[in-house]
Amino acid sequence: MIAEFGLAALWLAAALAALQLFAGASALRGGGAGQVSALVRPVAVVQGVLTALSFAALLLLFVRTDLSVKLVAANSHSAKPLIYKLAGAWGNHEGSMLLWVTVMAGMGALIALLERRLPERTMLATLATQAFVGLGFYAFLLFSSNPFERLPAPAPEGMGLNPLLQDIGLAFHPPTLYLGYVGLSLAFSFAVGALLTGEVGPAFARVMRPWVLLAWIFLTIGITAGSYWAYYELGWGGWWFWDPVENASLMPWLAGTALLHSASVLAARDALRAWTVMLGVVAFSMSMVGTFLVRSGILTSVHAFAVDPERGTFILVLLAIYIGGALTLFALRAGSIAEGERFSATSREGALVFNNVMLSAILGIVLLGTLYPLLTEAFGVKVSVGPPYFNPVSAIFAVPMLVVMAAGPLLRWRKDRLARVRGPLILIGLVFAALLAALLVWRPFGLLPLLGLTLSVPLAVASVLPLRGRDLRRLPLAVWGMVIAHFGLAVALFGMAADSALTVEKLAAAKIGDVTKVGPWTVELEGVEPVGGPNWIALEGRMSASYRGGKPIPIAPQSRSFWAPPQQTTESALLTRWNGQLYAVLGDETDDGRWQLRLWWKPFVTCIWFGGLLVALGGFLALLGRVATDLRRRVATHKIAVRKRELEKAQGQ
Amino acid sequence: MMRGGWKFWLPLALFAGFVVLVAVQLLDPAEREVESAMIGKPLPEFALRAASPDRPGLVTAELKDGKPHLLNIWASWCIPCAAEAPQLEILRRQGADVVGVAIRDRPEDVAAFLGRYGNPYSRLGADDLSEVQFGIGSSGVPETFVVDGKGIIRYQHIGEIRPEHVPMLLQKLKEAGA
Amino acid sequence: MNTGIKPKHQRLVLVVIALAALVGAGLLAAWALRSQASYFYVPSEMQAAPPQVGQAVRLGGMVEQGSLKTLPDGVTISFVVQDGKARIPVRYAGIVPDLFVEGSGVVAEGRLDPAGTFVADTLLAKHDENYVPRELKDMTEAQAKAAVAETR
Repeated sequence: MIAEFGLAALWLAAALAALQLFAGASALRGGGAGQVSALVRPVAVVQGVLTALSFAALLLLFVRTDLSVKLVAANSHSAKPLIYKLAGAWGNHEGSMLLWVTVMAGMGALIALLERRLPERTMLATLATQAFVGLGFYAFLLFSSNPFERLPAPAPEGMGLNPLLQDIGLAFHPPTLYLGYVGLSLAFSFAVGALLTGEVGPAFARVMRPWVLLAWIFLTIGITAGSYWAYYELGWGGWWFWDPVENASLMPWLAGTALLHSASVLAARDALRAWTVMLGVVAFSMSMVGTFLVRSGILTSVHAFAVDPERGTFILVLLAIYIGGALTLFALRAGSIAEGERFSATSREGALVFNNVMLSAILGIVLLGTLYPLLTEAFGVKVSVGPPYFNPVSAIFAVPMLVVMAAGPLLRWRKDRLARVRGPLILIGLVFAALLAALLVWRPFGLLPLLGLTLSVPLAVASVLPLRGRDLRRLPLAVWGMVIAHFGLAVALFGMAADSALTVEKLAAAKIGDVTKVGPWTVELEGVEPVGGPNWIALEGRMSASYRGGKPIPIAPQSRSFWAPPQQTTESALLTRWNGQLYAVLGDETDDGRWQLRLWWKPFVTCIWFGGLLVALGGFLALLGRVATDLRRRVATHKIAVRKRELEKAQGQ
Repeated sequence: MMRGGWKFWLPLALFAGFVVLVAVQLLDPAEREVESAMIGKPLPEFALRAASPDRPGLVTAELKDGKPHLLNIWASWCIPCAAEAPQLEILRRQGADVVGVAIRDRPEDVAAFLGRYGNPYSRLGADDLSEVQFGIGSSGVPETFVVDGKGIIRYQHIGEIRPEHVPMLLQKLKEAGA
Repeated sequence: MNTGIKPKHQRLVLVVIALAALVGAGLLAAWALRSQASYFYVPSEMQAAPPQVGQAVRLGGMVEQGSLKTLPDGVTISFVVQDGKARIPVRYAGIVPDLFVEGSGVVAEGRLDPAGTFVADTLLAKHDENYVPRELKDMTEAQAKAAVAETR
């Protein structure tokens, strides 16, 4: 019954999306036919509620391990811990697509409920667009990936979940990323809506920006968490592999970051109209392209999902309709909205434009690198593209972007002179030069780690400079947000550079009782013992690690075996200090009774993820500031209205 | 349109390039090559022991009896195979001779599966090494082949048989029998 | 800066600069991809036309039965990757991925040394039943036959 209920809710939601599209479109053409247009907002809300119910039904099926449902039988197991049963609901193709439409309809419901500041015509166009995009994904879900399909008879037991995916971090990784990916659909709908009505201006940017910010925060957290997952779960000691799945999440983030910055230019200065609209389209397009590349199996990767050319074709058609349609609309309409305010190159806008161009260039580089294997395969040559391409080529554009990021926030809007901010610039330059000299004397580094280390500290200094001379208690939250996000980026950069410059690696075959040295650590292997969990057994290496001869600390990496489906994974052991992490992996036993150990000392590696979280926190503060301002304004207008009414009443009497 | 409008068409042009590239890849994937490679070729020679006590095993020579057969490759550990069981039953009732190959399976699991989802097979062989599976150009389970009366492969269906595929498979069987 | 420049001009300059940067990025990417992408080889291709010594490439094939050995240091392994037509010796120092066993498919990232041994930096093993590296897909048929022939 639950499955049928979920499916019915989904069909109903799809029908409402069609109604929402129809009502919105006809209201737009009719120039404001009151009754039809009044339908759009309530329909959007009900549609959101229905998809939420449908998703809740799927969750319930997984909680109960209802093995008569194909998806549950294929992805769950009665012996699995509850939390992974839940995660099983979205850890597969059908469930994650249901999550996709749930988020999409939910976001549409939210703007229908909350957003009252745009002209109603633009709002109708936006909601109609959101419904139009939603319809395609409903069709995809209902016609080619029905998550509620039943088996002719219940399976005796489920087929489990890939144990690599059985991890608390990963369990919540897809929902976070999806909130980000699909949240960007609002940017797409706002952009298309504004193009349709031609109302692209500061008001449009002010309305769109907090929604983009919301999606972008989730994307940032999702990417950060995903990187940490890959770091400790894959047991390779790396934190970013330029894998297609990772690139698929990075590309919308790059576009979203550019969009946030150009939207603030549009909101504050009414410039970059066409550019902002295009980024709005591009950001969500990147989400869809990324999902398509992963889902179609056209690019396989270590994270491999189900591969299905039929589904790939379906999504490609959707992409062609939505992205192609939006870009055609853009090409037709952009000419009429392109005029905006002027500004000088040395100004806040100038710096932001530079940042946008550099971010777009990096986006292009990542996209080309991801697609290149496809391109060569069309000519019969198989290649893979990895860090030797991505790292240096993206750095060529990232470095100038970071330099301008240091100076940009110090500049004024519209027009400024560099001479005015000479003092801070000299300070930043001095920090850079001193650090560079010190590092060059210390020891030889690779060019990229050296640049990263020498840039990160002055960047961190520069990021807090906008605070100087301001009253910190009265500073708007948005400024705090910017400062913290930029500071976080500097921290992350420092972590990345420190990891690649200072990591010490040791590979050893150790007998029980052997001591291995790695960097400042001495690690003793005390024993290897079998241990068991709810659905796995493991060999656990008991080790004690001591930092510079200090108190020994126990660590225990494992080699786990799962039984449904039978599979092995490596569980690395991490020991975190303020200045870095010890990373230990237990390998196989050799023929002569020694154990393979792989140890890394990674100074300041945790800065990467702390930095990422700081960036997200910065975004959150900016969003909070915006929400607080809105609330205050709402309260104020309400008060004014009440007073007005009282006044009228008093006058009437 | 205003002057300089050409630049607004650039994103669309780039995207069109992307769609063409991907469409070329999608329409010509490696999997389809495997499929077309086996169609029109004879079944490889094999003789599989019976996977179920009440059905004979599967020998290539016995399939060359002048009648078309539906060769279904499956396994008890495969969820889509359970999902397609009713369709195989319908095909059997409509007169198709369905023969099966169970891939890397244990007799007790096979018995449990057939007990639960029904047994549409007139013959059922056990392929413990995926020998037949690979020989016939199949890369996963379930897959279904239409084999004509001379043992020539006429059609390959990858993935589960859904209700909408049944008429198409019956048609293919008819063509193979003609 | 912008005094005396007409708005149309300023806009044009901006667009030209942005386009130049993006086209530059595209060209740079194209050039870097040609030189930095690592090519995929199967053993018979590698034997027929070996890549330059030291050039980063990928080698994909099946781990030959009985070829996997651990060297005396306990952490370096050597094995042979074959595709039924040719055999390439591979050396790898590190912990092998889960499910890396003889007879399974593997993709090794690394380079040829002057002696003709492939020195791998990374091994990607087949992850599970559903995952075959895309490069390996084309050869599974021939590969699997060879693998089956060996286990018989």
